[in-house]
Amino acid sequence: MRLKYFAWVRERIGTAEEEVAPPAEVVSVRDLLDWLKQRGDGYAEALRHPEAIRVAIDQEHVHHSEPIANAVEVALFPPMTGG
Amino acid sequence: MVAAFAPRIRIQREDFDAGAEVARLSGGRTDIGAVVTFHGLCRDEAGTLSALELEHYPGMAEAEIGRIAAQAAARWPLDGLTIIHRYGLIPAGGNIVLVAAAASHRQAAFEAASFLMDFLKTRAPFWKREHLRDGTPGSWVEAAAADDAAEARWSAPGAPRG
Repeated sequence: MRLKYFAWVRERIGTAEEEVAPPAEVVSVRDLLDWLKQRGDGYAEALRHPEAIRVAIDQEHVHHSEPIANAVEVALFPPMTGG
Repeated sequence: MVAAFAPRIRIQREDFDAGAEVARLSGGRTDIGAVVTFHGLCRDEAGTLSALELEHYPGMAEAEIGRIAAQAAARWPLDGLTIIHRYGLIPAGGNIVLVAAAASHRQAAFEAASFLMDFLKTRAPFWKREHLRDGTPGSWVEAAAADDAAEARWSAPGAPRG
């Protein structure tokens, strides 16, 4: 699946997007965040408070309990500050 | 209620002309009795801020604002909607966002414009970063709890429904 990062999540991880293939036990968005945290210092820093991270699957907001099995594009970002 | 119009939604780097947008929304029509606009500008925070940089999620920004517009159109009897949100570097005093809601009567137009802004704030994928007047790099603007509360009031019992 393709991961996209925005704002300070993007800056801390150090890339705007990447392709990943999580193992089968990574079922939900919450699992994905926990798995990503292990990938390096930037990830750990960006995802230190996973509950604060907002997530979209295929460009729609989802809860952290959402399964990621059919996701093509998963985006991780801070709470939005537009308007 | 299914909207009888297609909302005009623009996510753009370029500036917009709020007056021209209102004229475009209501021009040539005789059924509209009220247009309420919200026009958001970049404020300078007491002279400390030179600009805001707006990052967005291309594709989702359009899709999410479309979903919010559809909710508003289903909830109030609207005759037209224009939503424009800019991205990129916006200097202090510059335009950021325009919401214009047209209806036969003012109540629907006022409520829909307010609803749209509350949902844009909390659900449209945009992020603001400050650029400071003294040249130092500014920080990402933090989301305000008040914005979440403003969105939540629309799902509270007794919230205006049109």
